[in-house]
Amino acid sequence: MALSHLAASASRSSSLLKPLSSALSLRRPISGDNSPLTVETSVPFTSHQCEAPSRSVETNPKELLTFFRDMALMRRMEIAADSLYKAKLIRGFCHLYDGQEAVAVGMEAAITKKDCIITAYRDHCTFVSRGGTLLEVFAELMGRQAGCSKGKGGSMHFYKKDSNFYGGHGIVGAQVPLGCGLAFAQKYSKDETVTFALYGDGAANQGQLFEALNISALWDLPAILVCENNHYGMGTAEWRAAKSPAYYKRGDYVPGLKVDGMDALAVKQACKFAKEHALKNGPIILEMDTYRYHGHSMSDPGSTYRTRDEISGVRQERDPIERIRKLILSHDLATEKELKDVEKEVRKEVDDAIAQAKESPMPEPSELFTNVYAKGLGVESFGADRKEVRATLP
Amino acid sequence: MGFRNIIGRRLGLGLVRRRKPFSTATCDGDGNGNAKSINLYSAINQALHIALETDNRAFVFGEDVSFGGVFRCTTGLADRFGKARVFNTPLCEQGIVGFGIGLAAMGNRAIAEIQFADYIYPAFDQIVNEAAKFRYRSGNQFNCGGLTIRAPYGAVGHGGHYHSQSPEAFFCHVPGIKVVIPRSPRQAKGLLLSCIRDPNPVVFFEPKWLYRLAVEEVPEHDYMLPLSEAEVIRQGSDITLVGWGAQLSVMEQACNEAEKDGISCELIDLKTLLPWDKETVEASVRKTGRVLISHEAPVTGGFGAEISASIVERCFLRLEAPVARVCGLDTPFPLVFEPFYMPTKNKILDAIKATVNY
Repeated sequence: MALSHLAASASRSSSLLKPLSSALSLRRPISGDNSPLTVETSVPFTSHQCEAPSRSVETNPKELLTFFRDMALMRRMEIAADSLYKAKLIRGFCHLYDGQEAVAVGMEAAITKKDCIITAYRDHCTFVSRGGTLLEVFAELMGRQAGCSKGKGGSMHFYKKDSNFYGGHGIVGAQVPLGCGLAFAQKYSKDETVTFALYGDGAANQGQLFEALNISALWDLPAILVCENNHYGMGTAEWRAAKSPAYYKRGDYVPGLKVDGMDALAVKQACKFAKEHALKNGPIILEMDTYRYHGHSMSDPGSTYRTRDEISGVRQERDPIERIRKLILSHDLATEKELKDVEKEVRKEVDDAIAQAKESPMPEPSELFTNVYAKGLGVESFGADRKEVRATLP
Repeated sequence: MGFRNIIGRRLGLGLVRRRKPFSTATCDGDGNGNAKSINLYSAINQALHIALETDNRAFVFGEDVSFGGVFRCTTGLADRFGKARVFNTPLCEQGIVGFGIGLAAMGNRAIAEIQFADYIYPAFDQIVNEAAKFRYRSGNQFNCGGLTIRAPYGAVGHGGHYHSQSPEAFFCHVPGIKVVIPRSPRQAKGLLLSCIRDPNPVVFFEPKWLYRLAVEEVPEHDYMLPLSEAEVIRQGSDITLVGWGAQLSVMEQACNEAEKDGISCELIDLKTLLPWDKETVEASVRKTGRVLISHEAPVTGGFGAEISASIVERCFLRLEAPVARVCGLDTPFPLVFEPFYMPTKNKILDAIKATVNY
């Protein structure tokens, strides 16, 4: 009885958090099916120099349940990373994404693995949504060989070539011109793919962003610049760093869209719209209005520049996982117990991955010298006095 | 976990307790001011307070400096001197330095903070092409001598690629600016005040590892230490060691160990890298005949190369052994591999022995 999602026509009656047909929704298996569902986004989109897409998003139970599971997984993963850091198993820097999961998950739902994503250092969840495994995440965080960057990158440098995830960058704003370069390559190869270059509200004030925007607009590149506006650049509130915190308007001649980044469906709709736009008309800016519960990094308590009330307020009213949970429950797509079971499963997955990651060894010392240059160029390394210990590396 | 012996990295208390004939006490003015035991970031904080107090056209700005900064170097400044003189900038290093140059060109003392030296590169063009050449190209009509750029540099144990770099060599290649690196709290306060008051643009690198770790008696009054004067902080006769910043404490430990083997080491703190005190280093090498340079930055093209070339030019016939350089390896600053990358005490000790026994 499930209608094919693909055959859904645009003229469907929209419904606001009400079950479409309760008769059909009984006894649905937890994995959901593809019967179409239309949900309205939390707020309408605000646009700049373009027409905003519709508020009604097409989805289906399977997708919603996948959203729930994926976001629960990401949330659990970040919290586990927090504990690991405090236990000093993760060292260096660790920037957690909890609160912002909807952006990663919604974006992924709108695109394919052939589209490129490039982001800054808050990249654990984006990596997972691009297909990265929990083992790769935890091993990389702990600097082990099983990590996605062989333990040499750490938290800020996750990459996944086979799904076109270009990382993972430490220097603020530096990834955006890179993203435009990716878009150029895509346009050149004519494969109908786009690049999403993500950055934060702090990075929005970097000069290189505007250079990248100008270039993309000049050459009509399929680049989508996504500002993940969590309202704080480290400890600085956006109104103290930017004359105009309307980041979606910063492109001037480049169109922009402001999206509720805590609503995975809104994110999906916006990214779908942006991809179509970018392929036809060149760059577009998406501003995701989102929030991070943790501080900027693990060395930031996150409470010196904002009140605990603000954080808990957002958690109560706008939490992305709760939103999807409410949707699922109100549409009778699963019971509360089933959702709780999903969360338990996810917790176990995370624990198993951590245990496995702990077994992975540290990289070999010789790995210190590998991949500085491409193989074959030969790098000589010397011992302390440069006379006796000499090793020519591959 | 932990390849690293953290205790080994604590600033050698020997640096403070030893009575040195060339000690900085002679530069303290009357030297009768009260001295308190404080750490590096407090010393820098004191220097900034004094700088703003004594010159009402001095400004401090940078990312997050208003609440005190990520390393607490700027605590209390905004409260005391107001938001018009101590203020946050957006996240734009190129803009910060360019803005600082303009402010300095109007005769003000612009003290810009770059949050980590690793982030200084967007500002590199401004420093090299604008700041360094302003006086020269305007035939001395204009200058930005009031500009001082402060940046925390160097390894910190877990900094990884982008919170550990030592970029001093890039800046030492630019005539027109000065590069200064203190080794301890007392040095930092005096040197920073000199840099701020020096009529040339200065890049001041602060060893971030020492912000809390280094504790020293620092006079509370206003005092300055001379720039472009190296200091012999340990006398010796067999080999001269040259270094700066946090690396000196590691070298000091190596010197102590070498002493047990009967090697007498002379240790020099360069303090100012550009323009550097060639005379002091040369005099020392003429005495010992051997020299070893150590820095955290990668060995190829590091500032040790300049020192080595200059010493060989000046002291070729006096040298008993090749100039040794014990530096970081030629790789990006690694994360898990940091203990292997760093020029550790043992590497320096090995090099001392190899040089002495050449």
